[in-house]
Amino acid sequence: MKKIWIGVGVAAILSLVGCGGDKPPETAKTDAAAPAAGGAAAMPDEANGGTVTGKVAFTGDKPKMATMDMSANPACERAHKDAPQKSEEVVVNGNGTLKYAFVWVKAGLPDKNWAVPTTPVTLDQNGCMYKPHMIGIMAGQNIEVKNSDPTNHNIHPQPTVNQEWNESQSPGSEAKMKTFARQEVMIPVKCNVHPWMRSYIGVVGHPFFAVTGDDGTFTIKGLPPGTYTIQVWHEKYKDVPEQQVTVGAKESKTVDFTVKG
Amino acid sequence: MGNPERTRKPGVWLHRYSVFVACCTLLLVIAGGLVTSNDAALSVPDWPLAWGKLIPPLEGGIVYEFGHRVAALAVAILSVILAFWLQKREPRAWVRRLGWIAVGTVLAQAALGGVLVRYLTPKPASIAHACLGQLYFGLMVAICVGQRKATQERIPVLPLMAAIALFAQTILGAAVRHNAAGLLPHIIGAAVATILVMWAGLQVLMTNTEDINLRRPAMVLLSLTFSQIFLGMGAYLSRAMTADAPQPMPAMVWLTVAHVAVGSLAFGAAVSLAMLGTPGGMAVA
Repeated sequence: MKKIWIGVGVAAILSLVGCGGDKPPETAKTDAAAPAAGGAAAMPDEANGGTVTGKVAFTGDKPKMATMDMSANPACERAHKDAPQKSEEVVVNGNGTLKYAFVWVKAGLPDKNWAVPTTPVTLDQNGCMYKPHMIGIMAGQNIEVKNSDPTNHNIHPQPTVNQEWNESQSPGSEAKMKTFARQEVMIPVKCNVHPWMRSYIGVVGHPFFAVTGDDGTFTIKGLPPGTYTIQVWHEKYKDVPEQQVTVGAKESKTVDFTVKG
Repeated sequence: MGNPERTRKPGVWLHRYSVFVACCTLLLVIAGGLVTSNDAALSVPDWPLAWGKLIPPLEGGIVYEFGHRVAALAVAILSVILAFWLQKREPRAWVRRLGWIAVGTVLAQAALGGVLVRYLTPKPASIAHACLGQLYFGLMVAICVGQRKATQERIPVLPLMAAIALFAQTILGAAVRHNAAGLLPHIIGAAVATILVMWAGLQVLMTNTEDINLRRPAMVLLSLTFSQIFLGMGAYLSRAMTADAPQPMPAMVWLTVAHVAVGSLAFGAAVSLAMLGTPGGMAVA
């Protein structure tokens, strides 16, 4: 009988182990990719630097996106009562280009500490969707996570390089300021309350990136003269070939990408 | 004071209560399967509270996760009551001991659930949580069957091996489910487990033509194992076919949950068969 009680005691202690932590681990606020304290942080020279522009074209049959089933939450369903929400996995614009493609300078930049923008990038939860579906930030730059919905969400980024976190956000609560310390392209973000909600965050150690919008174009300004590898990341089409481009001072080059559906 | 072994008399209500707790445990396993299949494990980011409250807002994935927590609490309470009841009424020490081991297991399982939430479902803990749940259900079955056994006999080798193989399948299946392993080991494991189950089940059926108490679990075990193969194929195909879906689809959810539940039942049937023994068969002491 004594052994039984010892066993129960051990199990009870085990069950209390889970109470040991405080809040879930938050993303580190210190920035490994940000300029060292006191050091001069480099800024993109938009007046004298090079510019790379282009578009991400889509060819082939336009995929039919699934309609989200939001019946699990009446508040979400009400937000789309006039037009059911389609998945944003592949959004082909009217001009045959692709929306939500992350374009960034993958290689070729001089080894500098780039200044981190002080303005946060907003990721809103609106209509039980993340708006926008994809954002790009610099490592160390703040993301302002808002909940504009009359319902509850949890925000759960799933990085592999950065610190993972998962926090709840009730309607009307304050926006959360979050950062990711290290470069990572891309970090999926999900809401486990509403499993159709998905977003992507591109975290880069420099300011030379863009996300394509309604016209499928991108512009990367202020590049120091040099030869760069430009990469496109898309959540469905993963094998877009990288391209090399050389730009001089005040020079503008066009780099177009084509994604086959 | 008299000999406690003599004064204790197991009643029919204690056995019925044990079966009730075992059924509740199966429902808890199903609730856990619904959490994972609906990708709702982290819809409640805190533990032991839920959204900082005792009762969180019940919407979306929170319904599955909180429902699982409530069911787990209920089963833990039922398990503690069972252990005390067994302690008072069950004459065999080893059955009483199983009652307390079950309490320890369900508490450890609760702690593991907390670890999963607080450490964002690390794969080893997720797999351990699935396996410990299965083990707990096996313990409940053993308690139910143990109360009906006249004596503690030797455990027959083949049903024991079948039970071990089915439990190994739980480990491999959980590893597939939590993306810690590929499908191939689970498929190979299914073939091995099926052969062992057939061997054990057919041996019981052929050597015990009259004993319905042995024939019944053997037939249940064989039926469940064959059903499990098709459910496994269904779960895999539904997952593959809905891989591009923006959210977990009902067909995938229910086939996967059924695969988990029938896996638990098959393991329980193998435990029953191993406990009941096969006269004349190979046995371990």
